[in-house]
Amino acid sequence: MAGARELPPDEVLVQRLRDGDEETFALVLDTWSGSMLRLAMSFVSTRDSAQEAVQDTWLAVIKGIGDFEGRSSLKTWVYRILVNTAKARGTKESRTVPFTSLLPEEEGPTVDADRFRAPGEPYAGHWAVGQKPQPWHIPEDHVLRGEVREVIAEAIDELPPRLRTVITLRDVAGYGSEEVCDLLEISPGNQRVLLHRARALLRRKLEKYLSGAHDVAGGRGRA
Amino acid sequence: MNCNEFVELVTEFLDGALPEDDERRFIEHLAECSGCETYLDQFRQTIATTGELTPDGISADARQQLLSAFRDWQRE
Repeated sequence: MAGARELPPDEVLVQRLRDGDEETFALVLDTWSGSMLRLAMSFVSTRDSAQEAVQDTWLAVIKGIGDFEGRSSLKTWVYRILVNTAKARGTKESRTVPFTSLLPEEEGPTVDADRFRAPGEPYAGHWAVGQKPQPWHIPEDHVLRGEVREVIAEAIDELPPRLRTVITLRDVAGYGSEEVCDLLEISPGNQRVLLHRARALLRRKLEKYLSGAHDVAGGRGRA
Repeated sequence: MNCNEFVELVTEFLDGALPEDDERRFIEHLAECSGCETYLDQFRQTIATTGELTPDGISADARQQLLSAFRDWQRE
């Protein structure tokens, strides 16, 4: 699975695409389309529309590869086309995700305040008794690991669009913060608030999952 | 630094974006608080697992269409 991410360097990729090497095209198509689909979902209202945005993007890539100047990475170039394509579709569907400022629900603590000692108590602001995070064991068994990934995938789908967009770019697609700020035209500070909030929500889901479901499977000898 | 402050700074810390002073206080807290050490570790595991996602691709139909579009375009 990890192998799917190992692509040749950009110069090689671009040259092969220009030479019409179908195998290389299929490789980038299969490696990137999944996260592109997720990303497109942040801007449009239906899965079909997201599919079409991804298809339109690839068509634009096919036609434009000859003009690609290599000022950014190939992947960034492709993603930028996707964001523009998906944004335009979203506007037509009157579904826009403006990123200029933070929404009120995007501020405030990301960990439930009840988990910390209340102000005025000794050690106020430190983990309350019984509320300290307990170490996890993410199973090594690949079936169970798959279940854990499934929990994450579902949690991402449930995120509000802005949070989903940022975490998809940063943690699924592996972009750095600068690239994401460029791509979405947001400030580094806002980008980080959205990312942190999204990650904290996913961690919470995992915590809930791993402390519940897996006590049964992995709890032998613990109690 | 308090734990409730620590948990809000994790992403900034991982991005290397904390101001020097805050980073020092963050690390000092980390060294003496096992709860926050676990929290940071869980955050890292969450990020790593998110990075393992292999999302669904586009439909088989769309894939075929794009492959033939690529072939046709190159032939022109």
